[in-house]
Amino acid sequence: MRFSEQLEARYADMLGHYPTRRSLLVPFLLYVQDELGYLTDEAIDDIAGRLELTSLEVRNVISYYSMLRTKPAGQYNVQVCTNICCMLRGGEEMLEHVKQRLGVAENKGITADGQFSVEEVECIGACSWAPAMQVNYDFYENLTPEKIDGVLEEYRKK
Amino acid sequence: MATLVSHPDEVRIVSKRFGQGAADLDRYLALDGYKAVQKALTMGPDAIINEVKASNLRGRGGAGFPAGMKWSFVPKESAKPKYVLCNGDESEPGTCKDRLIFEHDPHAVIEGVIIAAIAVGAHTGYIYIRGEYRYLSEIMQKALADAYARGYLGRNIFGSGYDLDIYWHGGAGAYEVGEESALMESLEGKRGVPRIRPPFPAVVGLWGGPTVINNAETLASVPHLLLMGGEAFANVGVPRNGGTRLFCLSGHVTKPGVYELPLGYNLKKLIYEVGGGIANGHKLKAVVPGGSSVPCLTADEVDVALDFDSMIKAGTFLGSGGVIVIDDHSCIVKFALRTNQFYRHESCGWCIPCREGTDWLQKTLVRFHSGGGVAKDIDNLQYLGENMLGRTFCPLGDAAAMPIIGFVKKFRAEFEAHLEGRPCPFEAHPAVSALPVLSH
Repeated sequence: MRFSEQLEARYADMLGHYPTRRSLLVPFLLYVQDELGYLTDEAIDDIAGRLELTSLEVRNVISYYSMLRTKPAGQYNVQVCTNICCMLRGGEEMLEHVKQRLGVAENKGITADGQFSVEEVECIGACSWAPAMQVNYDFYENLTPEKIDGVLEEYRKK
Repeated sequence: MATLVSHPDEVRIVSKRFGQGAADLDRYLALDGYKAVQKALTMGPDAIINEVKASNLRGRGGAGFPAGMKWSFVPKESAKPKYVLCNGDESEPGTCKDRLIFEHDPHAVIEGVIIAAIAVGAHTGYIYIRGEYRYLSEIMQKALADAYARGYLGRNIFGSGYDLDIYWHGGAGAYEVGEESALMESLEGKRGVPRIRPPFPAVVGLWGGPTVINNAETLASVPHLLLMGGEAFANVGVPRNGGTRLFCLSGHVTKPGVYELPLGYNLKKLIYEVGGGIANGHKLKAVVPGGSSVPCLTADEVDVALDFDSMIKAGTFLGSGGVIVIDDHSCIVKFALRTNQFYRHESCGWCIPCREGTDWLQKTLVRFHSGGGVAKDIDNLQYLGENMLGRTFCPLGDAAAMPIIGFVKKFRAEFEAHLEGRPCPFEAHPAVSALPVLSH
């Protein structure tokens, strides 16, 4: 399996960073996931082959890290923090608002058009600017329901 | 990205370049960048370590271990390569300071890693940044590439004859990886399951080689202390606690934000003067002063100095610098429940007291908060917590147990108020304020 040229270049570069091949596994998996949307069976087998691991060993690592997934998410994964600092400033209400706005009932649920998914996440390091969320990797902080509506609308138009 | 704040009491050392575009290498150089490393190259390893010891710099990740002493544990001669590993897996709830360092001053971290490497004789360093901080990883990757382009990294750094490579590394969502032995496992491409110690990383670390692991804030402090002189840095703080800390103020204060204050700064002043007091005219109920893992202080206990030793005397820890302020309209049982929910989620399951303990705490707290608790549950929460303490491979078990024990001990009446099917007493306080309060 060939990834994009950019990702293959990143792989080649990262190989030179460590004395053992498998060391690049965790950050590389995340980049693969960004390219494919999720870690497909084919990608897992391929990465295992490259790093001289079994597919099971790769899956064993994937299951440990909460950002890695083996099922699709929405094109824009809306991750709302409800951990203590966000909770104190309305994080749970913000999560509820996002779910209602997007019509997603379950945690990690995806909208019918596949554009959005909603995930309740643990602390994302925005405690002093709570409540906060990330859409894919972009941070949105000091949230209000109105601010959330604006952010979601921007993504909807993309 | 994240908004910067300021207060006249701040002493800006680590944050002095924040907001000044120092991620750009030329800007960094104009702001005294890479001067400390050039000084370090003329000093040599022993003199650097002595200066760091004299500065009383203690680990900013939470444990507060003296950095100079940690470096001195690395053997001078080693058959295996030595490494420096910067811990930027910032994940302790309440903590958001490394984010600002990486965003505003990435070269200070690189410079700190270089100095640490020279001090211990390492020729490879890694800067581990949590996966959620992708934009910071990109900033760091660019900063590293810029440093290589100028000859500050790679072969013969600064024309000194010393070779040093530094690489970025990224996580993918795991709190436990912030623990040093789990961090090394993760960097080696494995699940972040902690290693048994001893041997400690300074002797047997990454790929079996001696490894220095420091928090990003610790390493970012190093160039400054070297330029100021260790003694001057020590004098900024209080005895045995040198320098400043980036305190991450969050929760129900009027002006939350990350403030750099000298160690030993008064907690009450931090809340009421720097933070502008409790929002919406409410009153203070409790503070979790060092990230989610530490026991809380009640409103009557906040007149204490924020340094490692004073906090221990007060029955808690300075921890990671995350100061979480809880007002009197909030339910402690709910707060305890959400705190534990986090640890239950993050427990790797390797040791039974942590895996089972966090699960039972969660079941009990959920039942309790929904009104199904019985009197015995209160003692059970404490009993469960106390039996987790000190019985796990890594500190995650302690981190989960300590806050719960603290909440039960200090807010027993609030737990009792939830007993025998009574609804949460805080339901009578709907969202009357501009700030959303806890939902029930």
